[in-house]
Amino acid sequence: MTATPLVVLENVNKHFGELHVLRDINLSVNAGEVVVIIGPSGSGKSTLCRTINRLETIDSGRILVNGQPLPAEGRALARLRSDVGMVFQSFNLFSHMTVLENITLGPTKVLKIPRAQATLRGLELLERVRIADQAHKYPAQLSGGQQQRVAIARALAMNPKVLLFDEPTSALDPEMVQEVLDVMTDLAREGMTMIVVTHEMGFARRAADRVVFMADGQIVEENTPNEFFTNPRTDRARDFLSKILTH
Amino acid sequence: MEAFFTNIDKVIDGFSWTVRLALFSALFSFILGVILTAMRVSPIGLLRGVSTVYVETVRNSPLTLVLLFCGLGLNSALGLSLADSVAWDVFWWAVIGLSAYTACFVSETLRSGINTIPVGQAEAARSLGLTFTQILRLIIIPQALRTVIGPLGSVLIALIKNTTVASVAGLGVQEASRQMKLMFDQGIAPVLPTFVGFAIGFLVLTLPVGYFFSWLSKRMAVVR
Ligand SMILES: Nc1ncnc2c1ncn2[C@@H]1O[C@H](COP(=O)(O)OP(=O)(O)O)[C@@H](O)[C@H]1O
Ligand SMILES: [Mg+2]
Repeated sequence: MTATPLVVLENVNKHFGELHVLRDINLSVNAGEVVVIIGPSGSGKSTLCRTINRLETIDSGRILVNGQPLPAEGRALARLRSDVGMVFQSFNLFSHMTVLENITLGPTKVLKIPRAQATLRGLELLERVRIADQAHKYPAQLSGGQQQRVAIARALAMNPKVLLFDEPTSALDPEMVQEVLDVMTDLAREGMTMIVVTHEMGFARRAADRVVFMADGQIVEENTPNEFFTNPRTDRARDFLSKILTH
Repeated sequence: MEAFFTNIDKVIDGFSWTVRLALFSALFSFILGVILTAMRVSPIGLLRGVSTVYVETVRNSPLTLVLLFCGLGLNSALGLSLADSVAWDVFWWAVIGLSAYTACFVSETLRSGINTIPVGQAEAARSLGLTFTQILRLIIIPQALRTVIGPLGSVLIALIKNTTVASVAGLGVQEASRQMKLMFDQGIAPVLPTFVGFAIGFLVLTLPVGYFFSWLSKRMAVVR
């Protein structure tokens, strides 16, 4: 695995009004690395994720993707966003488009790939997330787990350099969590760079190279999954783990 | 009813102007309404301001005033002409007035539709790298339209009925209600049956519109 930092956050700060949601965040993610972000609700995990493709702006500090600082506006920003894929907790599939249309929209409209080629690739990706038979259905006709796998395929269709996941399984019924985690695990094995906000410890142990623990807008602890879960160094992390483990 | 039917050519001529007024005004008010909506949700403050001021002013003015402004103001006083024959000149001014007025309602209706779309739809589109106009054109407007098909039908019905104002407001378009009044004035038709005949004529235009739009809105509904 090469050690080129693909995503770098330097002294990033962000406020929502009075609320200091990100405090001096420093984080570097290498190409091919899988980083799991974990922490109590309201600690700023989603905000952190969303700053990386600039769905949220930051107040100070720097964010670099592939060595380039995030563009502020316009086409340069749009181009960057197509390099950084995002998978949301609530799937956010375009509800007026079929599964296949959801997947080919970005490639045809942003990357200007011919429709026939985008369709072929879309079908291939649906195969990969194991729902090729649903290509012509509408999102509302699919189960949550299927919708989230379509959302992953939609993100992959842009050939992103890094994929962001914001609690991708939190909105799912328990029996559908595994099918989504399996797809994510496959991606991790294939070398995709991933930043994943999740409380799924099984996934973290299996697929993550590193766990980042956040609390109150700060990165409190960073370690390998094994070390973090068996041997947390801070009281905050110990306290948090004891809570999610008893559930 | 006999007098009504002996003058059927006048009736048909009247309704043909009504239909033409409604069709052209529907088309232009839809286009202008979409543009006003796009401006209203754009990130550029000036565009938002212009759209808001326009919609709030025109929407809250009586249609009669808007049409008088087009007819007496722009057409007669300033002498702006849009066609060689008088009939078509006043027709196009009426279309402009009706479109300018109805566009505000189209815009407000569309905007209420946009407000029902979850923010996640636009965020997902942004994260794919689509630009603001692409997001509006490909994601937001198509979804908003689907949710407001029914209410847009009501706007169209109001427009069809509002075409009758075009003749009282100084624009002598020979639409149905003016034909009716002319028939009364010339004493060639008894009032009550003629009145009923024209009322039915308007129902024939408006009722199917209402049914069509509610059918369409069920068919196109976006399931979330
Ligand atoms: N758009 C927003 N406006 C104001 N406050 C927000 C907004 N988004 C998140 N917050 C607040 O910022 C804090 C961090 O939120 P978030 O990043 O969603 O945390 P997490 O994902 O770890 O639960 C929370 O206190 C939340 O209420
Ligand atoms: Mg969150």
